Amino acid sequence: MELSAEGIGHSFGALEVLDGIDFRVAAGEILAVIGPSGCGKSTLLSILGGLLQPDKGRAALDGAPPADSLNPLTFVFQDFALLPWRTVRGNVELALEHHRLSGPERRERVEAALAAIGLAEFKDVYPKQLSGGMRQRVGIARALVVRPAILLMDEPLSALDAQTRELLMEDFLDLWLDAKVSAVYVTHNLTEALRLADRILVLSRRPGRIKEMVRVPIPQRERTSLAAQAELAALSDTLWQSIKREAQVADREMTDV
Amino acid sequence: MSDPGVPPSPARRTVPFRGGGFAPQSRSWISWATLVVVLGAWQGAVSGGLVSPIFLPSPWTILLALKSLIVSGELWRHLAASLSRIGLGWALGTMAGIVVGVMMGLFTSFRSGGIPMVSALYPIPKIALLPLFILWFGIGETPKIVTIGFGVFFATVIATFTGVDGVPRSLIRMGQSFGMPMFGIVRKILLPGALPGILAGFRISASTALLLVVSAEMVGAQLGIGSFVLSAGNLMQTDQLLAGVAVLSVLGLMIGLLLSRLEKWLLRWR
Ligand SMILES: Nc1ncnc2c1ncn2[C@@H]1O[C@H](COP(=O)(O)OP(=O)(O)O)[C@@H](O)[C@H]1O
Ligand SMILES: [Mg+2]
Repeated sequence: MELSAEGIGHSFGALEVLDGIDFRVAAGEILAVIGPSGCGKSTLLSILGGLLQPDKGRAALDGAPPADSLNPLTFVFQDFALLPWRTVRGNVELALEHHRLSGPERRERVEAALAAIGLAEFKDVYPKQLSGGMRQRVGIARALVVRPAILLMDEPLSALDAQTRELLMEDFLDLWLDAKVSAVYVTHNLTEALRLADRILVLSRRPGRIKEMVRVPIPQRERTSLAAQAELAALSDTLWQSIKREAQVADREMTDV
Repeated sequence: MSDPGVPPSPARRTVPFRGGGFAPQSRSWISWATLVVVLGAWQGAVSGGLVSPIFLPSPWTILLALKSLIVSGELWRHLAASLSRIGLGWALGTMAGIVVGVMMGLFTSFRSGGIPMVSALYPIPKIALLPLFILWFGIGETPKIVTIGFGVFFATVIATFTGVDGVPRSLIRMGQSFGMPMFGIVRKILLPGALPGILAGFRISASTALLLVVSAEMVGAQLGIGSFVLSAGNLMQTDQLLAGVAVLSVLGLMIGLLLSRLEKWLLRWR
């Protein structure tokens, strides 16, 4: 299944947030979206996932989702969006409860998703007892349990410290390379984008417009090698030069105009 | 190890301590001692003839009156009457209040219609409506129960819809993003999320119910703690009167305790 943005534009009242966004996510591709804060990345993701009606253009799908996919477009949220009154297992199960599945099949899926992301020992624990990294693992397990075709990830690692982020990024990459789902991965972190993405979409400051679309020419599995590191550093530098100025201006902008 | 480069100057002094305080603790012996001192002083004042026992009977006399009320079974008859009124009125008011509160938390039309109604009706001391309810429903249990239910209803509506408002929108969007149906979102996200607020509302509505049951029983009833206290006053039986008041205090404490237990159990995820 392939997801396209067709001329998406959006305003909140008088505040124009997005303008003329066009792109297409190929099957199995990870597209990173970077841009200064407040440029409309979250808004774009909400529109792509059908949580927000755009003023202009539309989000469109081509092709059928895999037969076993219960929720083709699935979000992973920056703030995890876990229900504090449900255990880890209960939070993951929530995504399945309104689908026709037999009890054993549902339990089996939940167990498999929890095991895949390393949560097997934390099944009966409440979210408040978990670290931020573990909470986001629950968020990822909940997303994987519905067998998504396309993951929509809104700065999933931003609320975490650098080390946790590193660990989770590697685990996520392994899962993704196995499952071959596509993803739109919103971030403001260049390192994350360069580690995970096939292509990087750079947005300008608000109103977010497409500034650049850059392909990362090295397969993800090879990006940790020394030679690749040098090439990625150069790419990182170019990208940083391109967004630095915008980030500075965006930083000085008032949010509530 | 001290830094060898800096010899202590003659004026070296300790940094003055500025933290501390603002951390009162609860010591149970002080609690008990206070109780004993107050009761002892009260007993002493009455026994020593400082206060007339007609106006303020001693704690001991009150205890004796309470005992005779328990032994004769009179206490249970009054208590049962009051409790059944509270129970019915509170349950009806709470159920209606939660339903309306959730609707107001969900739908623009209910919210826009409901908020002015609630704002206008909530401040009315509900006991003022008892005479009207007596006209409507006749003398008997119904007007008392309706009055209690009415008082409980408004407290619950307010607690429920502010509780629903407090549920993070991000959780609701999450539910929608997984394709959860509307009813599932209400049942699995909205209601549990509003539960802490609803339970806090229970405390207010329970004390409202207690206040209203006593007032309603003073207006017209044969049975009930309120009517018992009133008639004891009319007969100048202040020991009986204060025994009834003591029962009300214990009742309030028990309800509070019960609600704390309920909260602890239902909100164990916090
Ligand atoms: N529901 C909303 N109503 C009004 N303004 C909003 C709303 N959501 C976001 N905005 C504004 O739109 C702009 C873009 O927001 P967002 O998409 O969250 O940016 P980003 O995720 O790139 O940081 C911000 O200025 C934000 O204040
Ligand atoms: Mg954002």
